Amino acid sequence: MFTTNLSEPVSNTGDYPLFAPTVVAAAPRTATIASARRDETALADVLRHPGIWRRGSTKAPRSDTLSTGLADLDALLPGGGWPRGALIEILLAEDGLGECSLLLPALATLTQARKRVVLVAPPYIPYAPALAAAGVDLTQLVHIDATASDTHWTAEQCLRAGCCGAVLNWLPRSDYRQLRRLQLAAETGGTFGFVFRPLSAAHEASPAALRLRLEPGETQPRLEILKCRGRFGEPSHALGLRA
Amino acid sequence: MFWVCLHYPRLALEALHYDLPADRPHAVVDGPQQRRHVVLANAIANKVGVRARQPLASAQLLCPRLAVTPRDEAAERQALASLADHAYRYSADVSIAGADTLFLEVGASLKLFGGWPALERRMRADIDRLGYACTLAAAPTATAARVFATCGSAIALPGLAQLPFALDAAPIVASSLDPKIVAALHGMGMRTLGDLFRLPRAELARRIGQPALDHLDRMRGLVAETLPRWQPPPRYARRIEFGYGIESHTALAFPLQRLVREFAQFLAARDGGVQRFTVELGHERDACTRIDIGLLAPQRDAASLLELARARLERVELVAPVHALALRADDLPPLCPLHRDLFETNRREQLDWPALAERLRARLGDGALQGIACVADHRPDRAWRFVALCANRPVVPATSMSRPFWLLHRPLPLRGRPTRVLAGPERIESGWWDEGDQRRDYYVIETRDGQRAWAFVEMGQAPGCDAPWTLQGWFA
Repeated sequence: MFTTNLSEPVSNTGDYPLFAPTVVAAAPRTATIASARRDETALADVLRHPGIWRRGSTKAPRSDTLSTGLADLDALLPGGGWPRGALIEILLAEDGLGECSLLLPALATLTQARKRVVLVAPPYIPYAPALAAAGVDLTQLVHIDATASDTHWTAEQCLRAGCCGAVLNWLPRSDYRQLRRLQLAAETGGTFGFVFRPLSAAHEASPAALRLRLEPGETQPRLEILKCRGRFGEPSHALGLRA
Repeated sequence: MFWVCLHYPRLALEALHYDLPADRPHAVVDGPQQRRHVVLANAIANKVGVRARQPLASAQLLCPRLAVTPRDEAAERQALASLADHAYRYSADVSIAGADTLFLEVGASLKLFGGWPALERRMRADIDRLGYACTLAAAPTATAARVFATCGSAIALPGLAQLPFALDAAPIVASSLDPKIVAALHGMGMRTLGDLFRLPRAELARRIGQPALDHLDRMRGLVAETLPRWQPPPRYARRIEFGYGIESHTALAFPLQRLVREFAQFLAARDGGVQRFTVELGHERDACTRIDIGLLAPQRDAASLLELARARLERVELVAPVHALALRADDLPPLCPLHRDLFETNRREQLDWPALAERLRARLGDGALQGIACVADHRPDRAWRFVALCANRPVVPATSMSRPFWLLHRPLPLRGRPTRVLAGPERIESGWWDEGDQRRDYYVIETRDGQRAWAFVEMGQAPGCDAPWTLQGWFA
């Protein structure tokens, strides 16, 4: 039972107080200690939830990740790899900056574990000899042709179904609402959802758990973390991609 | 027991699908190349003396204009099977005997069809409609019915008692005994079955053998007959007619659901699956709209079949109001249920891959989902191909050379000049034997924008200066 604190003066105007503090009705003193202890354990339970991370703690939250295969990048990502069941956005200035090779170690791990990897309407032909040389099991790779109007639907179906290890999407035009749907679908299915988008989308808000920007650098492409769920510190971090 | 025998004496000619001119002598022949004999000849050829079992040489001597066609036994079997399919509506006991005869046990169906005269009328109307020459006879035993039908006497004997008298006058040729035995009996001066029945049993057995004697006993009903029962091929067809025209997809969803549910029940009852079925939308005037639905693997789950059928139906434009909805499946393969783990490893899996693949195919088209495979060829554009998802792929050794992630759909001229050449040249020279001759020097280059590309110059031209660079892929 909740009641307003009687010691608080109620405004004479008759307006309902905006922030009426609420207290639990007075209880016998003997019970207070027990209830306080109960509150403490309840709080500890809540804090133990993997989705909650306290700023002060030193170790990163436990989460389900898959190593990127690049030690430098793993060190920067909380959990040490690509987050499972989330959308990972890679923003690109141009094709041919090594954006797909970035995923190859993860794709090789997934396909070798007999998890399906789906490419939804890729812009070019994924070249089989290169994939095979990188250790990708081609029997687990599915290439889907979809027209521009069907791409989002296909991506969402594949992400939501949960029977695909990873889904790679090329979405030159998509809005927040569509990406949000994909993010939810990836969460439902527990699937890695990789989305390649043009660099012009960098300033737009995105529901993706991880956003990476890939740009040509002086000598090698630079990878920058724009957004990363569960990671604080410097807002962006650049990293040379090619040795 | 009351057996009807349907004998198709001219099936060998009639089963040939092309039209044979009726005004010219024609014969179907069989046998080894050196010793061809006539199986069946048409009426004109018969008139000049061409007979069955005659050597082809004699037949051609009698009739020099004789046109000859080799026998097509597969077509005959197929024709007989379709005739058995028709006969199945009158009896559950249908049996195929030899190459040209059907047996039907109609004793159990007489009441349903209103007695023998009514049934016979229906069957004869059927025979006329189907257009095959056929003789029909009925007797208490199938073998006896066959004798009457072969003789061409349209007799229907209800009781076993009259059978010996009726058979008495029948010629031995019609008894479907082994031709050698028939010839031997002819040599002994026997002409009718009556002659045969009057002989002492033991002596007859010594001359014609026990199997032939058993055949004669079965004919007279002294020994029980065993006939192989014909099984209709597995297929399904169901049609719902509406009293009014339906013009929207939403209104079709409910009858479709009913059809698919019934179909799934049918499949479950026979423990089968379906891989290919057709939904037909019947219109009042226009030709019906057919929607073919193909699945990757046999299925029978009502919900997933319904989802697929609905997805396909929604993509079809209704050209006219729909007056009937039909579902047909001509092939019902056995179902191999998906093996699942008792302790499911991936608990979050909500839709298994076959179901997802079917859903995607239903919307995107049958060819939308493909696998990718390596091909053992040095030419870049032929070193890969699309394959069916479940296809076996050849084992191709992985290349040690650097290959790009993306291959362009077709090579394009490179705009501008590469800023750096990172690797190369790698000479690929192949294909002089199949018109796809390529002689190229491949380089890994970096463009002005920092992209890494796989590009080539035609062999013999120095790269970089005036030679045109052609882009083949991106190291993405």
